[in-house]
Amino acid sequence: MSGSFGRNPPPLPDSEDQEAEFDTRVLDSDEEEEDEEGEDIFTGARSKPITPTSAPDEGDIFSEEGSYIRRDVHHATNGLHSDEELDLFTEATVELTLTSTTSQGRREITGPTASACNTTHVPNSILKPSVVTKTMEELEEEESGDKFELNIAVTNPEKIGDGMNAYMSYKVSTRTTLPMFPNKMFSVRRRFSDFLGLYEKISAKHSLLGCIIPPPPQKSVVGMTKVKVGKEDSSSAEFVEKRRAALERYLQRVVAHPSLLQDPDVREFLERDELPRAVNTQTLSGPGLLKMINRASDAVNKMTIKMNESDNWFESKLQEVENEEQLLRRLHAAVDSLVNHRKELCINTAVFSKSVAMLGSVEENSALSRALSQLAEVEDKMEQLHQQQTFSDFFILAELLADYVRLLGAVRCCFEQRMKVWQRLQEAQSTLQKKREAEAKLLWANKPEKLQQAKDDINEWESKVSQYERDFERVTCTVRKEVLRFEKERARDFKHYIVKYLESLLHTQHRLVKYWEDFLPEVKAIA
Amino acid sequence: MEVSSAEAALSVSASSIRITDVTQDGDVLTFAIASQKLNSSAGVCVFRIYEDFDWLQQSLFSQENLPGLQGIIFPPLPSKALPSQSNTQTKALKQLGFLALGQDWQSYCKALEFYLQQVAAHPTLCKCKALDSFLINSESPGKQRGRKGIFNRLSQAVEEMRKESHKDVDNFFQNERNKNTNLAALSKVATEKLLDVVMTEQKLALACGHFATSLHLCVNQDDAAAVAFSKVCLKLSDVIEAVNRNFEKVASNDLSTLGLGLDLESRYQEAEKVWECVLMIACKLIELETVKKGTEKAKASKREVMEAFQKAVEKEFNLISSVAKQEIERFHSSRVNVLKNFLIGWCELQLNTAKEFAELYSQHLEACRNMYSE
Repeated sequence: MSGSFGRNPPPLPDSEDQEAEFDTRVLDSDEEEEDEEGEDIFTGARSKPITPTSAPDEGDIFSEEGSYIRRDVHHATNGLHSDEELDLFTEATVELTLTSTTSQGRREITGPTASACNTTHVPNSILKPSVVTKTMEELEEEESGDKFELNIAVTNPEKIGDGMNAYMSYKVSTRTTLPMFPNKMFSVRRRFSDFLGLYEKISAKHSLLGCIIPPPPQKSVVGMTKVKVGKEDSSSAEFVEKRRAALERYLQRVVAHPSLLQDPDVREFLERDELPRAVNTQTLSGPGLLKMINRASDAVNKMTIKMNESDNWFESKLQEVENEEQLLRRLHAAVDSLVNHRKELCINTAVFSKSVAMLGSVEENSALSRALSQLAEVEDKMEQLHQQQTFSDFFILAELLADYVRLLGAVRCCFEQRMKVWQRLQEAQSTLQKKREAEAKLLWANKPEKLQQAKDDINEWESKVSQYERDFERVTCTVRKEVLRFEKERARDFKHYIVKYLESLLHTQHRLVKYWEDFLPEVKAIA
Repeated sequence: MEVSSAEAALSVSASSIRITDVTQDGDVLTFAIASQKLNSSAGVCVFRIYEDFDWLQQSLFSQENLPGLQGIIFPPLPSKALPSQSNTQTKALKQLGFLALGQDWQSYCKALEFYLQQVAAHPTLCKCKALDSFLINSESPGKQRGRKGIFNRLSQAVEEMRKESHKDVDNFFQNERNKNTNLAALSKVATEKLLDVVMTEQKLALACGHFATSLHLCVNQDDAAAVAFSKVCLKLSDVIEAVNRNFEKVASNDLSTLGLGLDLESRYQEAEKVWECVLMIACKLIELETVKKGTEKAKASKREVMEAFQKAVEKEFNLISSVAKQEIERFHSSRVNVLKNFLIGWCELQLNTAKEFAELYSQHLEACRNMYSE
């Protein structure tokens, strides 16, 4: 898959485009360790099969031809040897940084192993600029060889048009050193329906193979209507920001998936200036997606015959996924309530601040009056802190949880695909059985003229059955790998975001300490 | 003011008065009040219910032979708390404001304690025998509910006087009235708004606790990936739990210092309003008396009697006036001082809490960053 990278990567380009700073995803294709086998198979085309350097436990069921084994493009050191034991991400670190000019989230993944991680955007005002420099240093620190990068950012939302036909256009910027891209830095403008269209295309191609397809952000009639109508208030701005951040995370997840990155539709999305307008994106609304996902669970429940012992794994895993989805929903609701209460605290603090200011203005004792005015100011500053913390709560925690609820839905879809393949196999086997019985009947009835047809039928169905068996094995293997990849990523994501959340909490707390320290002498000076 | 004789003074130290305990029996709250005797190292402890406090207040109002009583600003007594089950928090909040919050009647006890300390610290009021008896006698002050004092006698008149705008006898008092009206209204508003803030802080604490508990449900030991995820969730749960405790602490700090202070300030402003009314009434009464006597005496032509009476009236008036002026000075410096102390206490508490939690979050952050190195 990474054959097009070659052995001598070009040097990292200087970034002329300073306006957008990107996430760095390091794609390492030059590690010596176990690449000999792997690189023989690499070609430039996207869907050529790749044999992992050391086969996983179920390696026996793979065949050379037609096997589609995904391998994370960006860790050349480790193929997917044994999925469960090896922690592929020990060295990967993920950082969230902010630029001071544009408000966008960045995600940097350093180290030889990297996988899809999610970023959220935290508005500028929250993080100190010093956070920005950190990741670059770490990146340099951990560079152990030549690395390829792919950074994606979604920025600059602009309203195009007026009235009900208006839409928001977003700038999608890519910066990369991957050889498969002719340009190293490029950007295009896309609208929301383009993202949905991309999802549709990817889904059509890859979900059949058992891939977990990252779900796109949800449609919102209310939110968009406000924007269209031109309501210039904070809720529209919040909505646009929320959507921009969600689109960015969505794209980052897509390109973090090794096979999706190879998909020409994805490349076209990133590179091509004008995309044909995506239509029929109706089915991708929130409720539509949900319906699709719920069908998956029902299908799985109908599977009565177990294929082999790995089915236990699938059954219990699916149960786990469903449970987790419920849990995450509950967590999301809890965080939502937290966010709302914090908003209320902002309001109440502001009101209190005003009332204290008024008290200070009529107070005759001058030192007390001054102290009260200072108090009003302190409360005002605290209101801003609460406001920022609300953003943190929302963009770090709430959106993370919401993303994962939807991702888990995508995981369930993945299981459904496997079910479909299984059912097709069952049906084929049953048809084969019928053909064999028909042949036996013909033999017995001694009708030689139809015998040839029957034999042909049997041959046809025998090859179908063996094809479907291989398909099923392949899908099973894919789904399993996908799930394990997903789980590892999830743990990493959550850890990443908790660290971010803690950092923001700590930041707020330090500011709070400063405010109190500044206020104390004022109070002590009252005579 | 005349210096009182030793035996009329309070036998305990004003600053040592503490409400050390409160027990609830059905509807009745019983307070344990401890204080330190002045001339020995012995401590005293008595048990009182709200009605006893009320008795004390009435006794203070109705002291006889206390010249200039009408000029005194009486420390405000908090309203009676109604702890019965049927009393929901909203009702309690309406009735007592800040004092209804806090655990186990902490704030309420603090307010009562403060009241006792203020009375004991007042140069005139401390001499009231009722106070000494209240603080020392093991038996409760008894059922003497009869004496109502000038306040109640004139309670109706108070309302009417306030409605009409009478010229105060002195511009000084007029100014005070205006300032007081403003301050009283604004203090009340500020107190209410702080109450809103504290309620929201408590709600936030609750929401955090709920979130933290929900995170515990994510624990799953099935396989390596699940274990890793569980670890992460538990970590987040710890963090959120810390945020929960942070909010609780912040709310309680707000309550115990600034909340109490603002509430007290608010009630003191109300007390000053009452004082003004009482003053006005007293002055009015004196005027009326003067007129009355004047009419009577007009018939008699005993000039000496007239003049003597006039002098007596003026003397009484001047006494009230000077007491009043002293009181208002004392009141202002005292309230500024009280408010200052509450503000300092509040600021220091919040600063310590903020530092404490900054440290805690920092530790959590370290632990989080090291999570995969375990």
